[in-house]
Amino acid sequence: MAKQEFPIPVIRSTPEIPPIQPGVMSHSRPFVAKAEHQEPLGFPGELVDNWKSVAIDKMEELLGKYRALPVFLDSCVKCGACTDKCHYYLGTGDPKNMPVARQDILRSVYRRYFTIAGKFFPKLVGATDLTEEVIDDWYRYYHQCSECRRCSVYCPFGIDTAEITMAGREILASIGVGQKYANEIIGKVHKIGNNLGLPEPALIDTLEGLEEEVEEEINVPVKFPLDQVGADVLLVTPSADFFAEPHVDGLIGYAKVFHQAGISWTLSSYASEAANFGIFIGNYENMQKVAERIRQAAIDLGVKRIVVGECGHAWRVAYSFWNTLIGPFDCLDSAYPTPQHICELTYDLLQQGQLKLDPAQNDDKVVTFHDSCNVSRGSRMGDTPGGQFIIPRALIQSACSNFVDMAPETTHEHTFCCGGGGGLLTDDLLELRVKGALPRVSALKRVIEEDGVTHMAAICAICKSQFSKVLPEYGMGMDMVVSVHQLIGDALVFERAQQI
Amino acid sequence: MILGTVYAFLFLVATICLVVGVALRIIRYSRTPAPLVIPTTPAPTTTGGVVSLMFREVVLFESLFKGSKWTLLFGWLFHFGLVVALLCHLRYFTDPVWRWVEMFQWVGLYGGGVMLFGLLGLWARRFLVDRVRYISAPSDHLMLALLVAIAGSGLAIKYGIHTDIVALKAFTRGMLIFDWQPLPAEPLLLIHLTLVILLMVIFPFSKLLHAPGVFFSPTRTMKDTPREKRHSAPWADEINRSTQR
Repeated sequence: MAKQEFPIPVIRSTPEIPPIQPGVMSHSRPFVAKAEHQEPLGFPGELVDNWKSVAIDKMEELLGKYRALPVFLDSCVKCGACTDKCHYYLGTGDPKNMPVARQDILRSVYRRYFTIAGKFFPKLVGATDLTEEVIDDWYRYYHQCSECRRCSVYCPFGIDTAEITMAGREILASIGVGQKYANEIIGKVHKIGNNLGLPEPALIDTLEGLEEEVEEEINVPVKFPLDQVGADVLLVTPSADFFAEPHVDGLIGYAKVFHQAGISWTLSSYASEAANFGIFIGNYENMQKVAERIRQAAIDLGVKRIVVGECGHAWRVAYSFWNTLIGPFDCLDSAYPTPQHICELTYDLLQQGQLKLDPAQNDDKVVTFHDSCNVSRGSRMGDTPGGQFIIPRALIQSACSNFVDMAPETTHEHTFCCGGGGGLLTDDLLELRVKGALPRVSALKRVIEEDGVTHMAAICAICKSQFSKVLPEYGMGMDMVVSVHQLIGDALVFERAQQI
Repeated sequence: MILGTVYAFLFLVATICLVVGVALRIIRYSRTPAPLVIPTTPAPTTTGGVVSLMFREVVLFESLFKGSKWTLLFGWLFHFGLVVALLCHLRYFTDPVWRWVEMFQWVGLYGGGVMLFGLLGLWARRFLVDRVRYISAPSDHLMLALLVAIAGSGLAIKYGIHTDIVALKAFTRGMLIFDWQPLPAEPLLLIHLTLVILLMVIFPFSKLLHAPGVFFSPTRTMKDTPREKRHSAPWADEINRSTQR
């Protein structure tokens, strides 16, 4: 593909809210899914003839399935509190990237077909007929939302644009206009078991390679078990952890933790993926089917616990949705939460004194932490609200002496998306990804300049890939991005393996 | 007398419209399942926590405090000016006037003005902030115009051209027991009442549904306990069963 030409946004010392520039991102649209990507997911292969009635019927179906939809579509008063909160608006200035305007392209159709006001006074209440132009707008702007939920924090009614985007994408897919990137990936999971389409022999190869590499480096026989029946823990982790940098260093970190704590664990070749792009396209059936593989693997391997690796949306699906999708987990050990995040597991071990970390190993680094959107605003870690902020920071601070937080309006629940979440981590949306990263990169630049930050730790495969790609566009090194468990792994002191 | 009957009838229709319309929406919201747990986290893990959060949200507009201080200021002044004004109007419906309503009347001196100030502030934002201008539909301006006109006509009656409040009270009291009484034929009062009737009729068909809506918003009302408590819906369980081997 030819390199896309677009100006890289300027990082300002005090971030500014751009003036509205209608249409500046109307050219941004991802590749449309072909029949071969649509049909295995249960969607029509191309735009259906009666698309208008199919779309309206689908909207009606969704309005009856999810309470959020009618409430959110009815309740917005256009107060404007969300208008300057979306990283894609801040990075582009396109007014349709303001959360309320993004909702309105669906809301206007809802009003036209499902409300009395819109049926009789469409112009007055901003109701519009469903036309091809509207479908085009949906396709463009529902693929300029990373479903990060930042807008929902500030809305006085808690309207979450992610829910609207998911509905929009589901309607689009159901009339035959799906997104290639996400749907192709979901197809691979259904067929092979992971996003990369990595078959079992390749997985075995990779894991053996990792065992050799780690043993060579630290002279400790850290194992990467696969399909080990009877192991205590099933680890499901994003498949990027098997290959991509810096993800794989995180996987090595998990393995070191399991090794040192003496926990028997295994990966599964059948469920070799924690990511679940079903959430991104808003489709329950596909999300459930992807999650079901994990339930099946847990039963087949006879494990007692399921632990999830560093991945943002995967953790949201696991923590918030698994119980609905594939619960209850009666066959697992109720002494542990199901699912458990790898950070929760490591944190508990540290609390119990079962792991020893030597922060001096990371003394060459000044580390900051990027709160991933789905972990921050769509899930939790630990027993108390906000544990998703405390636990990863506690882990980093146990493993590094030098930790600095970015500006408070850009962390915790206010965190900015990396710019590549929500099924947008594809090169056909590179301009959007670079521009959407602006708010996070601006905050990062400040701590680099003021505090000498050298590394940014993350707990999400998408964040890690996205930053590795876009940081160089802003003149920062791609190797700044590290996995939290890489820091843990590097600081871990290996003593005689303890048995628990 | 005809005027009184007509207005009493209109109020009856408007009340039915408001009550039935809002009830139908509430029934719709409460019957629609929410199988996926989607509170915006960090969220409370207990029912008490959710009640506290909703109280802060509805009374203090906590999210707006994080979101937009100007909108918070004007929005809060408008809503609480409105509440005060409404409570003061109870004196037209109770006889003898409840003691606390009577004691409350002096606050009402300010309620209407505060409400009007808040509304004008909110309206100014629709013109002055380019982002808010972009998202404003004609109905958003008209809604503000309607509320401004209601507040303005009410204040004009209170401070300018007074109405015969004894006759007015006879009308409102009579209306409650379907005993039509004459209504003072004063233009300002009739305008005020007509606009209120209009507002009541529009309520269930407009963005004013945010009032019941906020109590059904899953991101605010759901507890953050998905690992402890399984949520589902018949349609979701049906899909779950279909994929199990």
